Formats: sequence, structure tokens, C-alpha cells
Amino acid sequence: MKHSTLARTVKLGISSLLLHKLRSLLTTLGVLFGTSSVIAMLAIGEGASEEAQEQIRQLGSRNVILRSVKPREDFATGGGQSVRVLSYGLTEQDLGRIAETFPSVARVVPVREIYEEVRFSDRMLNPRVMATLPVYRDVTGRVVSEGRFLSDQDEEGVANVCVLSYEAARYLFPVSSPIGEQIKIGADYYTVVGTTLDRLRQRSDLVGAGKSSAEVFIPLETGRKWYGSMQVKLRAGSREMEEVELHEIVVEVEDATQVEFVANACREMLKRNHKQSDYEIVVPLELLMRAEETKRIFNIVLGSIASISLLVGGIGIMNVMLATVTERTREIGIRRALGAKRHHIVSQFLVECVVLSVGGGLLGVALGLATPLVVEHFAQMRTIITPTAPILAFLISSGVGVLFGIYPAWRAATMDPVEALRHE
Amino acid sequence: MSEAARVPVAELIGVTREYRMGQNLVRALDDFSFTFGRGEYWAVMGSSGSGKSTLLNVLGCVDRPTSGDYKVDGVSTARLDDDELSELRSRKLGFVFQSYNLIPQLNVLENIMVPLFYQDDPPDDGEERARKLAERVGLARRLDHRPAELSGGQQQRVAIARALVNQPALVLADEATGNLDSATALEILDLFDELHAEGRTIVLVTHELDVGERAQHVLRLKDGRIESVARGQRSAAGARA
Ligand SMILES: Nc1ncnc2c1ncn2[C@@H]1O[C@H](COP(=O)(O)OP(=O)(O)OP(=O)(O)O)[C@@H](O)[C@H]1O
Ligand SMILES: [Mg+2]
Repeated sequence: MKHSTLARTVKLGISSLLLHKLRSLLTTLGVLFGTSSVIAMLAIGEGASEEAQEQIRQLGSRNVILRSVKPREDFATGGGQSVRVLSYGLTEQDLGRIAETFPSVARVVPVREIYEEVRFSDRMLNPRVMATLPVYRDVTGRVVSEGRFLSDQDEEGVANVCVLSYEAARYLFPVSSPIGEQIKIGADYYTVVGTTLDRLRQRSDLVGAGKSSAEVFIPLETGRKWYGSMQVKLRAGSREMEEVELHEIVVEVEDATQVEFVANACREMLKRNHKQSDYEIVVPLELLMRAEETKRIFNIVLGSIASISLLVGGIGIMNVMLATVTERTREIGIRRALGAKRHHIVSQFLVECVVLSVGGGLLGVALGLATPLVVEHFAQMRTIITPTAPILAFLISSGVGVLFGIYPAWRAATMDPVEALRHE
Repeated sequence: MSEAARVPVAELIGVTREYRMGQNLVRALDDFSFTFGRGEYWAVMGSSGSGKSTLLNVLGCVDRPTSGDYKVDGVSTARLDDDELSELRSRKLGFVFQSYNLIPQLNVLENIMVPLFYQDDPPDDGEERARKLAERVGLARRLDHRPAELSGGQQQRVAIARALVNQPALVLADEATGNLDSATALEILDLFDELHAEGRTIVLVTHELDVGERAQHVLRLKDGRIESVARGQRSAAGARA
């Protein structure tokens, strides 16, 4: 009996609303756009933050990354066509000190970059060629998709082998498997022994990494043997000699709680031993925390916008319902005279409000789910719809209907039946 | 029908209804005592402002007396709360208004069933009753029409069917023919005659003499008091003839 009463009340509410279709539709717009913008913004925000966090996580949250940075050239002498030697960056000595000094450091991995082109038959690529140790894979969390990564035997045997990242492999070997093929790095041939999985296509400037994730790994010793620390770099108008011992040192800390301490200690140590600031320190964990803080602020801003828009939507509904109650004063009087109790009138008008806001909420959820797809397609941004977002938005929008419907419904129910019947 | 055999359906006991207009106190009903018996058909007449509508509202439990007591079917209303009064309306009273007062978004059948909808424990045969009543008032083929699609006379027939659906102890009508042309008004009055013949208790407010004359008894009001009571100008048996 109760169930059919509710069903009838809802049916009645809908038919009352359908009596003024345009008005009802316009009334729902506030809630509709409120709900959809919340879902869409959450999805876009979540996507952006997830992407940033993913990039940071790939650098390793237990890692501290030291990089060589070319110092500013204020003091550089000479000019024109002359050949200069620029000597800067991290050294083997730095590496040794870090490995020895801090007990909480688990592993230290040096990286040298080789400024050479990579060729396979008629295809040419300028990837990041990195000479490094086998543990690099483990420390930076790279995953082998085919073949294997560099091994200790490669290192000891100074082997001419290399591992291609997904991007590099895809470009140099668009159709066939690269395993066992000979590619040319600079003037030397290397046998491809493995490939790694795709990482994020773009790396944000946040972490100061190169745009391309085309990478080629060769054994550290091989790099040392064939390419000395002195390398030629071609720049616009001039040839430049650079002397860099190590381009990167990845420091893996035993425990995430020690990351900050180790980072600061490294900073101190490098400051003492380097005359110029020719290095930078990237701490993914710090970036991660900063990204989370940014996300938190973003969520607060979003929450405020969402509450305001839903508030406006709710006020819109209340406004229309108050007008409706006045307009239907006579109907209220009739119903009361025929035996309707106050709660019948309250539920009648509340149901109409809820139908409006739930209708708006449902349409809003639909629009809110569609918008990220459009954004993803046209702006090439990653979006993530968490299941809680539409559910929450929907519940809140229905709640808005109840909340803002209470007053008009109460007004309707407390009318004097005699007065209401006399109303023209 | 002897005076002693009357079964009271609506009993007003010293009922006063006052309206306060700023400093002035208007007594729409002034120490009003009267009893309407079962099966009687009353016309309430009187000049404008004499308190006819106020009396009907008190009889219909939509208005409360300022003082005095009112009993419907033996139930005293003085101590009932709003919900209990509403329940009483939906069970024991039937209303017919001057301007029909159907609910525009409901069809004929739904309009007839409205009073049942508000009962705490609605009967299971509500729809069947409503259909029978619609047939009774000659609207069996219009059940899914909206009020806007009906003529005034048809709307008033729906309103009468609605007033009967809860098998009320008392049917109240305020100027029920006031908006209708004379031919249609006669049809409606015929319907009231039939109801009377079936044993319904009817109180009909009117200021038209010829309408008043069709009732069994006439109660005249003046300034919220009884001016005159004219009994038995027409009998139940007479109405059937
Ligand atoms: N809501 C109100 N506020 C103040 N005074 C009222 C109110 N309702 C009725 N009255 C007064 O009570 C008195 C009786 O009114 P009522 O409506 O019962 O008259 P009536 O006999 O139905 O008149 P009519 O034939 O014009 O309908 C009138 O003097 C009227 O002014
Ligand atoms: Mg009146």
C-alpha cells in the first residue's frame, strides 16, 4: 500500500511537471550544469594529477636523482668559431662519496649520456643514449618487454650490446622484432638484446626530462671505453667540446622516510665540492608531495565551485517551486478539503522538487560523463572518471532538491484550506 | 418521519466563528446551534454575508469554530488535530464547489478517486466504485479525459461523483449550480434529488429561490444566526415522483 502511494505521488509529480515542460526543463538546468561541471572538472583534474603523479612515480619514489646541468655561460670566454672545452657536472668522485658516506643509501647508479645518432638501415634517430649499469632497470622500475636488460656479463665483457626503449624500438623497427639486430650508435655496431615497455609518451617539464622517451641503453664500461668523457656537441654556429664525467646519478634510498635526509645531505655535499652550480637534484617524493598538495587545493577550489553552482541550482528550484505553490494554491485548498493531510501536500511538492533535481542530476551525470570523452578526444588530455564522482554528484543534486524543496512544500502544507479555496 | 426518529449526522452546539479585522470583530456564526438529520436534504439560504459559506466550511471540517462544538456522525471535532480532521473529511464528507474545482492534471477517473487516495486505509475497490459513479453521472465514456476537455455541467458531474466516492455521511454543496446555465443547473438538481431519494444527507447553500425550493427543508440565515427553519416542503418520497 505504502509503495503504491509513493508510486502514485511520483507519477502525479511528474504529470504536474509535464504540464509546464519548458519551465520544468529550465528549472533543472542549474542542477544539470552544476552536476556535469563537477564530474567533468573532477575527471580532468584527476587525469592531469594522475599523469603528473605517474611521471613522478616512474622516477622512483625512493630515489634521489642528481643531474649534471651546464652552468650559465656568463663567464665563458672566447666566441666566434673557436672550439671551447666546457667542463662541468657530476664526477666519479661524487658517486663514490655518496655511495660510501650515507648508510641509508641502498644503491647508486651512474649514467653517462652519449651524444651520438642511432641508425638502423635507412632509419635515423636521436635518442637519449645512456651508458649505465644493469641495476638501472631495477632502480628506475623499467620493465623488459622482450629479450633482456643489460647484464653483469655485458658489463664485464664490455660487450657491444644495447637495449631499446619502446619508443626507440618502434621507430627503428616498425614492423619486425629488433632482437638480435645490429644497430649503429655513432660509428659502432651494437646488438639489440632487449626492449623495455612503454612509459608515458610525454614527460612533463616538471621533472626536467627530455621530451622524447626514446632511449637506448648500453653497458657503462662500453660507454667509457668508446666514448671518453670529452664529447663533441654540435650547436648552432659552433662546435662545442663538453667534458662531463657523469650525466646522472640515481641514488636509491633504503626507506622512503630517509629520502629527504639523503637529498639534503647530497645537496650539502655537492655544494661543498662543486665551485659552480653545475648540477641539479630532483627528488620525486618531494614532487609527489607537492603534486598531492596541488591536487588538494584544486579539490578545494573545485568543491567550492561545485557547491556554489549546486546552491544556485537549488535556489532556482526553490524559486520556481515557490511560484508553483502560489499558482496552485487553489489545488492545495481542494486537496485539503477532500481530505489531504499536511504530509500529503508536503510529499507532493517535495516529490516534484526531487523529480526536478534528480532529473537535472541524471542529465548532468550524463553530460558530465560525456564531457571528459570530448576533452580527451580534442585536447589530448588524460581524464579519469572515478566511480565515486558521478554517484556523489548525483546524491548531492538529489539532496539539493529535498533541501530546497522543504520550504516551498512547508508553505503549501501550512496554508489555511479555507483561504486556499478562496484563492483565485 | 417524526422528530424523535431523526438520527443526527451533523450537530452544531453553540458554534461561534469570529473573524478579526484589525480592531473589528466579525461574527460570521453567532452562537449557532442546529442539527442536520440523516437522509435530510437541506437548502441553506440567506443574504450575502449572512454566514452560509462559513457554516458550510464548519460542517465540512475545513474551518474550526472559535468556540462551541461540532459533531459529525457522533464524533466531536473540537479536540481533533489537523490530521484527524483531514481523515474525517476524507471518510465522512463530500464537497461540491461552485467552480467545480477539479484537479487539472488528473483525468476524470483519477479526479473521482482523489478523496480515497488520502484515506489512511483506502478501500481496495476504489477504482470500481469510481467507475460506477462515473457511469451513474453519465460520464462512463469520458474516464480518461482531463477537466479542461469537459463542459461545465460535465465537470460538476465529476465533482459530484468525487463527493460520493467515499460514501460520505454528509454531502456539502456551495452554490453548486451557480456557474451553470439553467438547463444544466436543473440536471444537476435532478441528480441531487436522486441522491436524496437514495437516502443521502445533503446540505446545499444557495441564494437562488428556485434552487432552494427543490430541497426538502430550508434553513435561512441572517447575520450568523438562524432566521427561519422551513421543514418538509418536499418529502423524500415526493422527490422520487
Ligand atoms: N476570511 C475572512 N476574514 C474576515 N472576515 C470574513 C472572512 N470570511 C468571511 N468573513 C466574514 O464573515 C461573514 C460571513 O461570510 P460568508 O462567506 O460566510 O458569507 P456568505 O453567506 O457565504 O455570503 P455570500 O452569499 O456572499 O457567499 C461576512 O461578513 C464576511 O465578511
Ligand atoms: Mg458564500
